[in-house]
Amino acid sequence: MLNTSRPCQPQSGGFSFEDSRRNAVLEGNLSELGYSSPKARKTGTTIAGIVFKDGVILGADTRATDDMVVADKNCMKIHYIAPNIYCCGAGVAADAEVTTQMMSSNVELHSLSTGRPPLVVTVTRQLKQMLFRYQGHIGSSLIVGGVDVTGAHLYSAYPHGSYDKLPFLTMGSGAGPAISIFEDRFRPNMELEDAKQLVRDAIVAGIFCDLGSGSNVDLCIITQAGVQYLRAYDQPAQKGKKEGQYKYKPGTTAVLTKTVTPLPLDIVDESVQLMDTQ
Amino acid sequence: MNTRGLRSQLKDSVPVTGLGTQIGAYGVQDTLRSGFSSVKNELLPSHALELSEKNFQLNQDKMNFSTLRNIQGLHAPLKLQMEYRAARQIQRLPFLQSSHLALDTLKGNDESISFEDILNDPAQSEMMGEPHIMVEYKLGLM
Repeated sequence: MLNTSRPCQPQSGGFSFEDSRRNAVLEGNLSELGYSSPKARKTGTTIAGIVFKDGVILGADTRATDDMVVADKNCMKIHYIAPNIYCCGAGVAADAEVTTQMMSSNVELHSLSTGRPPLVVTVTRQLKQMLFRYQGHIGSSLIVGGVDVTGAHLYSAYPHGSYDKLPFLTMGSGAGPAISIFEDRFRPNMELEDAKQLVRDAIVAGIFCDLGSGSNVDLCIITQAGVQYLRAYDQPAQKGKKEGQYKYKPGTTAVLTKTVTPLPLDIVDESVQLMDTQ
Repeated sequence: MNTRGLRSQLKDSVPVTGLGTQIGAYGVQDTLRSGFSSVKNELLPSHALELSEKNFQLNQDKMNFSTLRNIQGLHAPLKLQMEYRAARQIQRLPFLQSSHLALDTLKGNDESISFEDILNDPAQSEMMGEPHIMVEYKLGLM
């Protein structure tokens, strides 16, 4: 319902709140009848990040949920921001996707303007300013990690605009199980293989202990030398093979009696249709 | 969000065209085009972010100019505002889309992408203003 009472003011881009009143009325009507309006698809995730000796490792599961149904069994939650900076997104799937794409474009423009490669802290600052501006209505929680000229950094940003800088972070609905693995086994300056194993274990803990996370483990290893994106590094939740056959052998059930009753049918109408069999 | 209640969200000034019902055909409220009529709808914002988004750019500019005035003196914001005013005048007729290229470059909007650029592009809008009325409004004849 476009409000035409303001034709004279110049139109601007950005969010339009014209339908929010109508949506609130619709939501109220639906809840009276006992239904609920469709929810935005959340990722229901386990994402984790860790700083090790040579750089940063980011890990994520690959399940996207639509309330209680799995919407996507193999989605990508580790998004590209810059050649040396990657970002894992949790929360509402569309918000995380669009936010990371906008951050990627802004960081590219910024680094073209300054003539220097981007810093992880630049991405985090722009992200938190934007999330705070929208007061948490953009429901995306993000873990930003990368290696820049100042070293390896890992930041997390929450939907309302707060951020943390820590050596290991987890977010999403499976953050609890994952952080418990990190708290138990994290040491500063780990080697590459140990760090990969630790992140893989943390994500697997999220996959098995949280209903919103599942399918495969994706890893992204960022070092000074470059980026290694390991899609489906581990697939812990594959269906097992059945050990035996569960069919019954013919003759298991004994036949006691057999009666045959032919049904009398009369031909009422007969018509022939020629088929073109060329 | 705001602990002072609904009263703090009342719009400061309601435009004259906003008051009074939208008269459509047959002299009755045009519900299809202007929505349900109620005084509350006209005065209160429909979404928590509506007012803050409408004033966001203005508040940012105010903050930046006052910081600039405190650091560099009055001449700095004065010069910038003079340039903004000059750049704002480079426009097409009101009902056509102008690119605002000079204004964007001055403000630094050409180096960032935000929701204003992605969503609700005015060039793609389905409604067009009535050209005569818009020109009269711009010239101050209305």
